[in-house]
Amino acid sequence: MTIVVLVKYVPDAQFDRHLDGARHTIDRAESILSELDEYPLEAALQLAEARGGASAGNRIIAVTMGPESASAAVKKALQIGAYEGVHLSDPALAGSDVAGTSKALAALIDSLGPVDLVLTGMASTDGETSLVPAQLAARLGFGQATFAAALELDGDLAVVRRDGDAFSEVIEVQLPAVISVTDQINDPRYPNFKGIMAAKKRKIEVLTLAGIGLDPATVGASGAQAVVARSQPVPARGAGVLITDSGDAGIALVDFLADQKLL
Amino acid sequence: MRNIVVFIDQPGSALGKAGKELLTFARGLGAPVAAVAGELSEAVRAELGEYGVAQVLNSNQAELFEYSIVPKAEFLAVAAQRVDAQLVLTGNSAEHKEIAARLAVLLDAGVISDAVGVVADADAGIQVEKLVLAGSYTVSASVRSAIGIVALKANGVEPEAAGSSSAAAVETVEVPFSELALRARIASRQARPASGRPELSEARIVVAGGRGVDGDFGPVEELADLLGAAVGASRAATDAGWIDHSAQVGQTGKTVSPQLYISVGISGAIQQKAGMQTSKFIVAVNQDAESPVFEIADLGIVGDLFTVLPQAIEEIKRRRA
Ligand SMILES: Cc1cc2nc3c(=O)[nH]c(=O)nc-3n(C[C@H](O)[C@H](O)[C@H](O)COP(=O)(O)OP(=O)(O)OC[C@H]3O[C@@H](n4cnc5c(N)ncnc54)[C@H](O)[C@@H]3O)c2cc1C
Repeated sequence: MTIVVLVKYVPDAQFDRHLDGARHTIDRAESILSELDEYPLEAALQLAEARGGASAGNRIIAVTMGPESASAAVKKALQIGAYEGVHLSDPALAGSDVAGTSKALAALIDSLGPVDLVLTGMASTDGETSLVPAQLAARLGFGQATFAAALELDGDLAVVRRDGDAFSEVIEVQLPAVISVTDQINDPRYPNFKGIMAAKKRKIEVLTLAGIGLDPATVGASGAQAVVARSQPVPARGAGVLITDSGDAGIALVDFLADQKLL
Repeated sequence: MRNIVVFIDQPGSALGKAGKELLTFARGLGAPVAAVAGELSEAVRAELGEYGVAQVLNSNQAELFEYSIVPKAEFLAVAAQRVDAQLVLTGNSAEHKEIAARLAVLLDAGVISDAVGVVADADAGIQVEKLVLAGSYTVSASVRSAIGIVALKANGVEPEAAGSSSAAAVETVEVPFSELALRARIASRQARPASGRPELSEARIVVAGGRGVDGDFGPVEELADLLGAAVGASRAATDAGWIDHSAQVGQTGKTVSPQLYISVGISGAIQQKAGMQTSKFIVAVNQDAESPVFEIADLGIVGDLFTVLPQAIEEIKRRRA
């Protein structure tokens, strides 16, 4: 089977993250493979390995879109174990909103030939919208099951458990499908020496919008349907009072609640 | 006045707080039209009237509940087109955000999620406020499309009934569901046990416990119940199985913005902070003075939670007696 895993190159949340003041886009220095994309990658590896791996004709294609530097996310995915890598890179993609991103990814996936499963993380750790998988499924005409905490394949049916607030539900979706997975689904593996060496031999295919037959005007800043007009940093939250318990900290806690009228 | 469609998903016997908030927002922007999926009771119809809704579009088709997400998006698309809406408002749960996303494709419209406010500006049109990068920036966004889809977070406004109430006219909508809408079948559905406490993302106060509680959520729950608060948790606590995963606050759990967040035995890793740092007040109890949670706490208490919490609980009981 052919599984596409979407991977994104995102600013590392361990450092301060910034918006560019003029264009309101995210400053992409100090970026990494989004941690939440390690889970769909692991899920893909497990599914493919259970079916005989690459030698049995299974494909795991790690796919990203973004500036040149974004290929680092695909490279990391190859080191972890993805079999192939594709990077959609085109200056016209800059400033894409959810609509543009899902259009570009759909055209890219269409260009890869028959795909059984598209796996994604539950959200990107930069935009954090969780909207792209749903729009991607719509544009591909695939079924959709999101926030999978468990995933099994039963022939050409994907069986997904999804834990909502009030309900836990099991969803059966016909392949081909787009499925996003949570961090509850598995424990991602780390790249090992063998994987890192193997990744060196794998080439990352770089595609442009022309290469996948997409009109640049429909994506990027020119195609965006949602636009940011203003952005402003929220003043950093400072530390308040720090006390060490010497026997009456519980009382101090209650005094604080009373002062804020929260009792 | 332009029509603002508000999605009300399976209201049951009473309109929830989230729905009332959406309607309050909508009234400030135009004429709210309720799109109700599921059975519409007389009581809910009356409440809709009290919240300023003159028109209700209702579908109770079985597909809405037998298949996942897409049928609801197709229902909303029909509703929005029927009344030529300028804006569709949904809640911001995972499910509702996805419905908003699919609806945006159906209507070829811009979608903005995680909104904390919406204002109608005479020049600039509808402006949506949201927080990005884990609450470190506010942005003001708008859509270029004729209709906008906005998913609004809870607690953005105090729900307020309209001054005068009218009887809402109800129109039944029959949605011609597409083949694509019926691809993902809900094979089974199990209600999660109700805690009887306020819903985490809507609560005014949250008391959250982490690895420091060492398997015993008793003091956290007791303090929460005294304060009428919801109980939250760090991922370490939910992964350990001490409390249900639905209680997890953070990047991959829930984002909360209560008046008060009491963090107990939680170190304050970046992924945990991401879910709670927009709380109005933060109180942290932790043994380790170096814990990162103290960098953002209005009141930090370096101490053992198993002595600090019981003392606070006794003191609250004493003052209330
Ligand atoms: C992709 C990803 C997503 C994640 N998403 C989330 C998320 O959504 N939410 C989340 O919370 N985490 C998340 N995490 C995990 C996060 O990085 C931390 O590991 C987690 O928050 C730690 O939980 P903790 O603070 O309870 O545990 P610890 O970091 O172990 O801290 C326990 C604290 O308890 C204190 N303590 C111990 N005993 C006592 C006592 N008797 N009295 C007082 N204090 C005591 C200790 O001093 C310590 O500071 C995520 C991680 C990854 C990689």
